[in-house]
Amino acid sequence: MDMKVSKKLGLKERYNLMTRDLAWTPTYQSVKDAFPYMEYEGIKIHDWDKFEDPFRMTMDSYWKYQAEKERKLYAIIDAFAQNNGHLGVTDARYINTLKLFLTGITPNEYMAHRGFAHVGRQFPGAGPRVACLMQSLDEIRHAQTQIHSLSNYNKHYNGFQNWHHQHDRVWFLSVPKSFFDDALTSGPFEFMVAIGFAFEYVLTNLLFVPFISGAAYNGDMGAMAFGFSAQSDESRHMTLGLEIIKFILEQDPDNLPIVQAWLDKWFWRGYRVLTLVAMMMDYMLPKRVMSWKEAWEIYAEQNGGALFNDLARYGIKVPKGWSQACKDKDHLSHQAWNVFYNYGAAAPFHTWAPGEKDMEWLSAKYPDTFDKYYRPLWTHYAREQAEGRRFYNGTLPMLCQVCQVPMFFTEPDDPTKIAYRESEYRGMKYHCCSDGCKHIFDNEPEKYVQSWLPVHQIYQGNCFPEDADPSKPGFNPLAEVVRWYGIGWGRDNLDYADSEDKKNFETWRAQATGN
Amino acid sequence: MSNVFIAFQKNEESRAIVNAILADNPGAILNEQPAMVKIDVPRRMVIRKSTIEREIGRDFDLQEMQVHLITMSGNVDETDDEFTLAWHQ
Repeated sequence: MDMKVSKKLGLKERYNLMTRDLAWTPTYQSVKDAFPYMEYEGIKIHDWDKFEDPFRMTMDSYWKYQAEKERKLYAIIDAFAQNNGHLGVTDARYINTLKLFLTGITPNEYMAHRGFAHVGRQFPGAGPRVACLMQSLDEIRHAQTQIHSLSNYNKHYNGFQNWHHQHDRVWFLSVPKSFFDDALTSGPFEFMVAIGFAFEYVLTNLLFVPFISGAAYNGDMGAMAFGFSAQSDESRHMTLGLEIIKFILEQDPDNLPIVQAWLDKWFWRGYRVLTLVAMMMDYMLPKRVMSWKEAWEIYAEQNGGALFNDLARYGIKVPKGWSQACKDKDHLSHQAWNVFYNYGAAAPFHTWAPGEKDMEWLSAKYPDTFDKYYRPLWTHYAREQAEGRRFYNGTLPMLCQVCQVPMFFTEPDDPTKIAYRESEYRGMKYHCCSDGCKHIFDNEPEKYVQSWLPVHQIYQGNCFPEDADPSKPGFNPLAEVVRWYGIGWGRDNLDYADSEDKKNFETWRAQATGN
Repeated sequence: MSNVFIAFQKNEESRAIVNAILADNPGAILNEQPAMVKIDVPRRMVIRKSTIEREIGRDFDLQEMQVHLITMSGNVDETDDEFTLAWHQ
């Protein structure tokens, strides 16, 4: 008797059966009522079945591989804690990058989870819906594993304790927070172009690859483990971002100008957030993997260039602001870290002036700009500090109405002149840091006039603890704001040189190498 | 001509994957960085299940790469036997 052996299903068949074939068209509700957000952005989709995840990942495989990643991650976290991993890093200055990460990035992983759950629900197509569901689950996993991994550092180092409270309040954390709030309050298609494509595909390499490689280089197995575990999901996210933008463009020629406008906007929004990464790479890592400029050249200029070249067949152009971003690469990190050095009293991590060896490295990496524009600044600060006058700026900076970064960026062709742009809306003046941000403001003023700008809020008296009394003699507004932020004065803020973190690290390291 | 690239965590399994990529893609450029390895190939890269299986000495499902991936660039297409990354122009 002939036996018919049933062949195992191929990847393509399995993907079709497990995604599209499990979807249905509603009959007792109209499609329009079930998916109410599909038309108002002006994007036209004619056939959702044309979208296919090129990984052809199905939910059953997804669970299998994610479980494997979690097992690997927790094995490392346990080993790290058991082996006093918190002592193994190059220098306790490094720990400050983790504080920046936990307060600035981790809460946005959670927001990304919410965003992808939302758009996944809104898309009528089964392919994008399943891919968004997977990404939504990935993002909440990232938030959880980051919090869990970094909790080990919280046992030994200062500044980790109020990360979420701070994310919603602290001046520079409004930069990444408002970026995600902006995306989440957009329509589903704009969210996909903003986060799925502009952020995940064009910019995410600049955030995660140097950060994780930097963690590994600085001996931080804990951050490396969560970073790699999260990053292994990113290829799927990047692919979803690229596929969805191609899908939208292929569906209708009318979609092109809308998508291009979103790309211009979200490239610039994302690029501004990366200011924090630039200074992290060049100034905060004791051992550096590569400079911000080198990372920009590899991941933005070369790779982004290849991408936009490829998308040119759809009529897509390089985003507005691209050439300015390429010019800025010689200046960005230096200007940003200078601002943090100035406002080191109001940040929940330590700041410091680069030492002589650091400056040699910076000078070699930035031959055209560092010695000319930035070394004199650091030399001045160091001299002041040596004489007991460590400079802390006691005033508050003007913030850009759109990106919310303090207005310190210089004119694209004159690094000695700060750029100011101004717009008027309903009789009020609004200030922006660049042509890019002004352009975004002018297109949607009714959205950006609502920005919760930390400096404005401080001046309006909205950022003091309840028991603060501004009418009391000797009232110190900055100290009260810092208290409202949940930053322990002298413990979580100020210069690294005088910090408890530095003292503890040196003591523990001495104990670790002898009796 | 633009490069496509792919990056993996440096570990025992990815070593076999990387060897397979180098064998199947003449012109591949290997770039080793702390804890990770990145491979660039002009225009198109192919990753073959059969080559990885020969390197690793067991059956290998191409989706297992998910566990070790860090990042990549290019248009993806994955079947049971091959994973490709390509720029169309």
